[in-house]
Amino acid sequence: MFPILQHRRLGAPALWALSVGLLLSSASHAAIDIEHWTEPSGARIYLVSSPSIPMVDVQIDVDGGSRRDPARQAGLASATAQLVSSGVAAWQGQPARDENALEEAWLDTGAQFSADATSDRFTFKWRSLTDPAWLPQAVALAAQQIAAPTFSAAVWQRDRERQIAAWQEAENRPDTHAARAFDRAVYGTHPYGQEETPQTWRAISVSDMRAHYRRSVQACRASITVVGAVDKAGAQAIVGPMLSAMGQATCTPLPAVPEVAALRAADVQQVPFNSAQAQVLMGQPGITRRDPDFFPLFLGNYTLGGGGFVSRLTTEVREKRGLSYSVYSYFSPALHAGAFQIGLSTRPDQAEQALGVARQVLKDFVEQGPTEAELQAAKDFLIKGFALRIDSNRKLLDNVANIAWNGLPLNYLDTWTQQVQAVTTADIRRAFQRVIQPDRMVTVVVGGR
Amino acid sequence: MKHTSPLLKQLCLGLLASASLWSASVWAQAQSFTLGNGMTLIVKPDRRAPTVAHMVWVRVGAMDEVDGTSGVAHVLEHMLFKGTPTVPAGEFSRRIAALGGRENAFTSRDATAYHQQVPADQLEAVMRLEADRFANNQWPDDEFVRELAVVKEERRQRTEDSPRALFFEQYAATVWTAHPYQRPIVGWMSDLQAMTAEDVRAFYRQWYMPANAAVVVAGDVDVAQVRQWAERYFGAIPARPVPARKPRDEPVQQGPKRIDYRAAADQAVVVLGYKVPHVVDPARIDSASTDALALTLLASVLDGYDGARLGRALVQGQGGPRLADSVSASHDLSGRGPQLFYLSAVPAKGVNPEVVVTALQAQVKRVAQQGITQAELQRVKTQWTAFETYKLDSVFNQAQELGDQWTVGWGLEGQAQLMAALRTITPAQVQSVAQRYFGDEQMTVGVLWPDAAKRAAATQRPAQAQPLLRH
Repeated sequence: MFPILQHRRLGAPALWALSVGLLLSSASHAAIDIEHWTEPSGARIYLVSSPSIPMVDVQIDVDGGSRRDPARQAGLASATAQLVSSGVAAWQGQPARDENALEEAWLDTGAQFSADATSDRFTFKWRSLTDPAWLPQAVALAAQQIAAPTFSAAVWQRDRERQIAAWQEAENRPDTHAARAFDRAVYGTHPYGQEETPQTWRAISVSDMRAHYRRSVQACRASITVVGAVDKAGAQAIVGPMLSAMGQATCTPLPAVPEVAALRAADVQQVPFNSAQAQVLMGQPGITRRDPDFFPLFLGNYTLGGGGFVSRLTTEVREKRGLSYSVYSYFSPALHAGAFQIGLSTRPDQAEQALGVARQVLKDFVEQGPTEAELQAAKDFLIKGFALRIDSNRKLLDNVANIAWNGLPLNYLDTWTQQVQAVTTADIRRAFQRVIQPDRMVTVVVGGR
Repeated sequence: MKHTSPLLKQLCLGLLASASLWSASVWAQAQSFTLGNGMTLIVKPDRRAPTVAHMVWVRVGAMDEVDGTSGVAHVLEHMLFKGTPTVPAGEFSRRIAALGGRENAFTSRDATAYHQQVPADQLEAVMRLEADRFANNQWPDDEFVRELAVVKEERRQRTEDSPRALFFEQYAATVWTAHPYQRPIVGWMSDLQAMTAEDVRAFYRQWYMPANAAVVVAGDVDVAQVRQWAERYFGAIPARPVPARKPRDEPVQQGPKRIDYRAAADQAVVVLGYKVPHVVDPARIDSASTDALALTLLASVLDGYDGARLGRALVQGQGGPRLADSVSASHDLSGRGPQLFYLSAVPAKGVNPEVVVTALQAQVKRVAQQGITQAELQRVKTQWTAFETYKLDSVFNQAQELGDQWTVGWGLEGQAQLMAALRTITPAQVQSVAQRYFGDEQMTVGVLWPDAAKRAAATQRPAQAQPLLRH
């Protein structure tokens, strides 16, 4: 908790936001060999054998993210994921364990396990050594963990108290208010904009969690990615017990979730706040992951505000004018149209100026698109740097899980650089003009003066 | 809340040696060379993927600054991106991107580091560029004026809008009387306001010489080839002596210190810091180093995972009332300067921070009186074993670790010795340090107190929510 401060020159997480989870890579060096099959349960398995390190990662994704939260219980998926570690019942010879015994059992296997919910997915991640001295117990524990979480009411009551206290603390920060106002305005009533509050948390009981878990975590809904020092038989030996743990129910289709509505008009909000910096956010509903213009928008955004030090936004707002430490743009493609967002923070009296610069950069970019030289720079970065996207098991796991979840072709990584290479400046201009309307943006300024 | 085990973080330094045991063809041991001009080169082959991490470390950080120019090491780090006679401002970043590379830099208390990740076949170009700016950084005053404005925004973003960051800044200034760890890395705002271009240039001339720097390369490389490039590009930089460093030793603390900090916050924070030994040279494990290793194990036993001793007692409220929403124990095993053992917590709503201070101390006392079990220690050692393998997945982290250990003056061969020493620590030794280092003589207590008046003034929340119109 106590900081060993390290001041990076650039807010890397924000600036690289686009590449997280989206930027998949394909081999210019060697094809990525993905083995894919469907288990009798309906689970879809994706395996990349990576033999160098005696370890294996498994990621399990199911359609149980927060977009399915009832409005009055916003936060249900996240709370469910959180409470997976609150204890397990006895299962197949493994004893019942409370939260502490469970944590200790994991530590004693040397394995790592987590559950998490994002807007679309409910995700388990598991990592273990492949050494037979450790692996069997790590698999057995994962199976028990998936099969028999108890969802302890006492743990939920405690964690809810902690969450509420942290929520209250966050109310003192300007970025909290900026993000909230932005999400409300961009998403309207769509579940992507649903706000978790102490009130919605109080409306969630552990039986709601159990119901959500049973409905979502089923083998027939699962896409499973395995990366590590295992072959197909080895992967089946690991994944098999986890799938059995989910039960063999036949999945009934889940109800459809509506799409995000487009904005009808500009919406400018000024929220008073007495902070050292004003928070400026600007954006709109963006695109789904299925959007046919995914690549043109992705490349264009690199030039606009996704490309770190070399983007137009950084050049104009930071390098030329010294107005902000961090300025960025990103798309968040998902099952529905996630937001396109431009963000920066600056001294309160500079907020109007910085906003004006960012607006002008966006307007020019949408009207004219990138220059040929800018597009070439983007392609050089993405194509030559492709290997950096897949040079660890962790990165391979992210990429292959993305293929699995979004139903992308198995050769997606192998054709990725070709898809990047094929994009033209005209493609980018057309795609931006279709998706982005600079005169109909949500603009939120918290703490401007 | 999930904590990364402090132990695992600290052990990042110690674990590389085992890789080649099971896959000698992919990995090789790190090797270290001294170039003709005194610069250090460290190379760690890892041929899993055709990529490479390249870093230049300079043994100068915030701790080498003096009063009035705090933050200058970090400002200089920003200015390294602002050009040389042959590479104009911003061009460095454009060229790295054009090679398909990613780059950044950071400044810590102990060091400044510049790093790139590139396809392996672009390494030579990166080394040429990095050697140029290490030796020839040069920029006009107006570039400095704009970048200084950016750094002030960075301070506003990271520190001034965070009550906890402001509190920790003043806490450190309370702990250290003479030692430069008293100053924030980013610098005090008034020092940034008053900083001149010449301050930054002088700091560059003073500290950026080959004998004060190391090049670290990890990835798909041939050691002899890297050595040849290093000699050609970095080795050509003229040698200069590293200036003598003033010791600025911290006088021995003679009793408890305390800071009460009132902030625009809802949650309190308590921090207890104890001055304790660290490992100065793992090749010579003396009694102080043994104590440091035992303190690291103590931190792990207290807070190495959810539901470790502190979490169980204070957050879960096992055996008493629930006192805290989060807890932490940590100890820095290495550093150029003196180190602390920290206990900290966010008190639960309605719990007096003083009660939490006492409860944190009581958990250490419990170890002092009753010791720890062999099972707890074994659990920690199992974590290391697994971590030794998992950490190999990131080439960049391997380069980072090699740079960290060079910064504190450890030899490559010291790592194995450190690990070997850590594995010998017994429950009795952990109990012994819990008995000896946690009196109030070397303690600094910090409490962040929520202040309702400051909160109201700071947030200026509108009386009611703004109407959210969608026109």
